[in-house]
Amino acid sequence: MNTRKFKDVVAQKIMFLLCIFVVSLAFLIIFGLYHRSMPILAEKNLKDILFSAIWHPAQGQFGLAGFIVGTLWVIGIATILAVPLSILTATYLSEYSHRRIREYIKPIIDLLAGISPVIYGVWGVVAIVPFVRDYLMPFLSEKMPFFPFASDNYTGFAAITGGIVLAVMICPLMISIIGEVIRNVPFEAREASLALGATRWQTVKYVVFKKSWPGIIAAIILGLSRAFGETIAVLMVAGCALNFFPKSIFDPAYPLPALIANTYGEMMSIPLYDAAVLLAAFILLIVSILFNIVGWGILLRIERSQS
Amino acid sequence: MNRRKIEENIFRCFMVLSTFMVVGSLALILVTIFLKGFPALNLDMLIKTPKGGYYIGKEGGILNAILGSIILGIGATFLALIVSLPLVFYLNLYVRKKSKFALIVRFFLDVLWGIPSIVYGAFGFTLMIFFGLRASLLAAMITVALLIIPIMARSMDEVLKMIPFELKEASFALGSTRLETAVKVIFKQALPGIITSILIAFGRGIGDAAAVLFTASFTDSLPYSLFKPVATLPLAIFFQLGTPFPEVQERGYASALVLTGIIFLISIVSRILSKKFSKRIIK
Repeated sequence: MNTRKFKDVVAQKIMFLLCIFVVSLAFLIIFGLYHRSMPILAEKNLKDILFSAIWHPAQGQFGLAGFIVGTLWVIGIATILAVPLSILTATYLSEYSHRRIREYIKPIIDLLAGISPVIYGVWGVVAIVPFVRDYLMPFLSEKMPFFPFASDNYTGFAAITGGIVLAVMICPLMISIIGEVIRNVPFEAREASLALGATRWQTVKYVVFKKSWPGIIAAIILGLSRAFGETIAVLMVAGCALNFFPKSIFDPAYPLPALIANTYGEMMSIPLYDAAVLLAAFILLIVSILFNIVGWGILLRIERSQS
Repeated sequence: MNRRKIEENIFRCFMVLSTFMVVGSLALILVTIFLKGFPALNLDMLIKTPKGGYYIGKEGGILNAILGSIILGIGATFLALIVSLPLVFYLNLYVRKKSKFALIVRFFLDVLWGIPSIVYGAFGFTLMIFFGLRASLLAAMITVALLIIPIMARSMDEVLKMIPFELKEASFALGSTRLETAVKVIFKQALPGIITSILIAFGRGIGDAAAVLFTASFTDSLPYSLFKPVATLPLAIFFQLGTPFPEVQERGYASALVLTGIIFLISIVSRILSKKFSKRIIK
């Protein structure tokens, strides 16, 4: 075997090992976090941890329910805001707008995706928190003092603030995936609909959406998973009150990632504390892996059915 | 006007409105950061390290965090590049087009890409304990590298997929091996895209706070050793905003402006470089 051939084969082996490394990385992360959260699972029932709301590390109480509910509030609000916004924007960009406009807007959306989460947090603190405190909260909470609006938290650091910031953060991802899915609908299908006298919106509604809804669902799932794991920005604006179930969009919420981030300094000092926090990270990991497998799985199936 | 036309117009209005809201929120973010940060920004902040009592309003700057972030970003990007570049060459040159293996690796990259950065941070923390490391520049570099490998590899993969098949065939037909084709032909052709991918990953690495929270810790001194804690810009912003002192919070806004400026600069540089290098590629 000559040297050129030899080099080629060696490179092949190394590259193959790197591929194996990346694949095994996922399992390594799962195993590593599971292993570190074992101590608490050995002492306590997983059900007790998930459904108890009392978080008192010093007394050995590690209930995650409050954080899980906080997470659900924040990502619920973010989804309600971001999904219609992303679907409409993506539809506009790929079905209605001139190609030139799309070429101008796409880099802007890319830039929005590239901004650091901390910057979103700063923006939330200086812009969204006062907006919620001074306008949204007095307006909604006083006019409609019932279920999702009634609250006595007048600081502006609330679930809705986190939801608004998160909605802006997940829009770029959802817009780009939905746009791609919509553009993959065959051109002939649109032409057939337009030729029958349908308006553009009717074509979008009955032909484009009908053909691309699995992809849109996938985009929403991936957006949700992104929102689920977002840490710093939410931590800065959502209020984070311990041992508290938010009952209104204006109540403070304390999502799981924020809990993990907030405990980094103290968690080695109390027994089981680090295991509880890493269990929270493990839950986060499992949920985001499941969401991503479903989301990318749907997109992969669409791609394969087309080729 | 009939009902269909009205519906058409209503939804068109909604679409334009939501596009404006998405684009407008970016403008709003940039304007807010600029208006808040610019008055508080001064040269001292950029060229000094925090003196005693910096976080209660005494003098100093955030040079430690700026340098720390840049060094951390460069190191992590380098580590990620070592893994990603050969990986995508393998997926695009060494295996068959419809291979199951490539499909699996790509799917894992997608899934890894979706894992939140705080989870990478927690994993980095467990690795640190496992190897007996303390929170340090090295631990942070490894964690951030793991975080940006999927980002970099996925976007490089997109670039390599776009390379015309004929180019590979021409190179093989001249008798070159797959490695030679990769290094001498495909790499040159894909260089503009590869540079963009590297800079995207660099920007993400520099901006991420959650992954370095456990692994980098924080320090007031300049980064000088791989095995010592390092200050990062996102965390500096986070800590400064968390203090109750208005002067320090203002510096936090100024630091946010610096970080935004760096990310902007990266995006501009990537555009210029990819234009410059695309002169040599075969179209």
